[in-house]
Amino acid sequence: MQTLEPVIAAHPFFVGLKPEHVEIVTGCASNVRFDPGEFIFREGDPADRFYLLRQGTVALEINTPDRGPIVVQTLTAGDVLGWSWLVPPYRWRFDGRAIDLVRATALDGKCLRKKCEEDHDLGYDLMQRIAYVMEQRLQAARLQLLDLKDVRS
Amino acid sequence: MLPRLCAVRRMWEETHDTFTMELEGPAGAAPTPFAPGQFCMLYVYGVGEIPISISGDPARPEVLVHTTRVVGTVTRALRALKPGSVLGVRGPFGTAWPLEEAVGSDVVLVAGGIGLAPLRPALCQILARRERYGKVVLLYGARSPQDILYRREIERWRAKLDLDVYVTVDRASTSWRGSVGVVTTLIPRAPFDPTSTVALVCGPEVMMRFTVHELLARGVREDAIHVSLERNMKCAIGLCGHCQYGPMFICKDGPVFAYSAIRPLFGKREI
Repeated sequence: MQTLEPVIAAHPFFVGLKPEHVEIVTGCASNVRFDPGEFIFREGDPADRFYLLRQGTVALEINTPDRGPIVVQTLTAGDVLGWSWLVPPYRWRFDGRAIDLVRATALDGKCLRKKCEEDHDLGYDLMQRIAYVMEQRLQAARLQLLDLKDVRS
Repeated sequence: MLPRLCAVRRMWEETHDTFTMELEGPAGAAPTPFAPGQFCMLYVYGVGEIPISISGDPARPEVLVHTTRVVGTVTRALRALKPGSVLGVRGPFGTAWPLEEAVGSDVVLVAGGIGLAPLRPALCQILARRERYGKVVLLYGARSPQDILYRREIERWRAKLDLDVYVTVDRASTSWRGSVGVVTTLIPRAPFDPTSTVALVCGPEVMMRFTVHELLARGVREDAIHVSLERNMKCAIGLCGHCQYGPMFICKDGPVFAYSAIRPLFGKREI
């Protein structure tokens, strides 16, 4: 039977992960797909998973009373979706909606947290990877906040 | 330098706050050859003079094309001109995008907002001599879908098989099906070989700093990254000192600089 091990090992988020850790992570993984328009998660719901995107585009949206839903970011194949599973209170802060057909590997957050507690090397490696993604998104959010496109004439 | 008289031939809105105008000299006047990246000083009589990048096709020097945003007194006055109105033009001035240096390499053009305007002539020239370059990639970030400049032209560029075009916006409603996120997020996976790439970057200065950081992280050499800077300019020939940038003048030594040449100054608060 084909497992998700090679799929996980080849995803940009996990490139270079030790084989024994890939095996552990695979134990928490499952294959998922979402149809266009389908919500992957909703703001406030328990964040019990995160996703390695393999195909399609996901919009992170926030609903505003006056302007309706606003897309704050889109993520595509090769991206990792969600880190709320890692930080209490483990609740999604945005809506995640499939723009088109999305195929992804879902990782069970609770399972992964338990594995990280048992194997701190894995936990440290995973934290480094997540921290890198968070740093990239934080920098992008700062640039977005500056609303710089106005400045140059 | 005295301005020469040019007339507005055509003018049209690009977005709600940007417009493009075509200028032409008097009948029989010599065309205005320019290099991609250069700018002209446009003088609205009785109002003032400002530097505006040239955004036309270098293969058509008989028409001077400028795209700008309405941000102040002079640009408002420019926007109010009608076909046939006369204004003063000095230039072209300044340095050009290094398109000769880029021959044989991949070229990535990174534009933010109205920063696409000074890059348009470079892209026109590259496409006219497409066989001289490796992969050509345009990464463009606008504030919203409504703020996308040269939209129809971008759609035409996107249809080309030998040009990779990626457009992203800072925010959008759910009716937008494209990418949302800042332009720097496009860099890590854009299809170019960083070891053999020349990068041309134009946009707000902070955006360019973030872009340079991402390009360096991707492995592009410092001397292969080129940015177009903007400062308050007056004389445009390096005499008045208004656009001094450390030991250089943006009008004369720029506006296009290799990042390696300005690294110690780039982003310095005191400069």
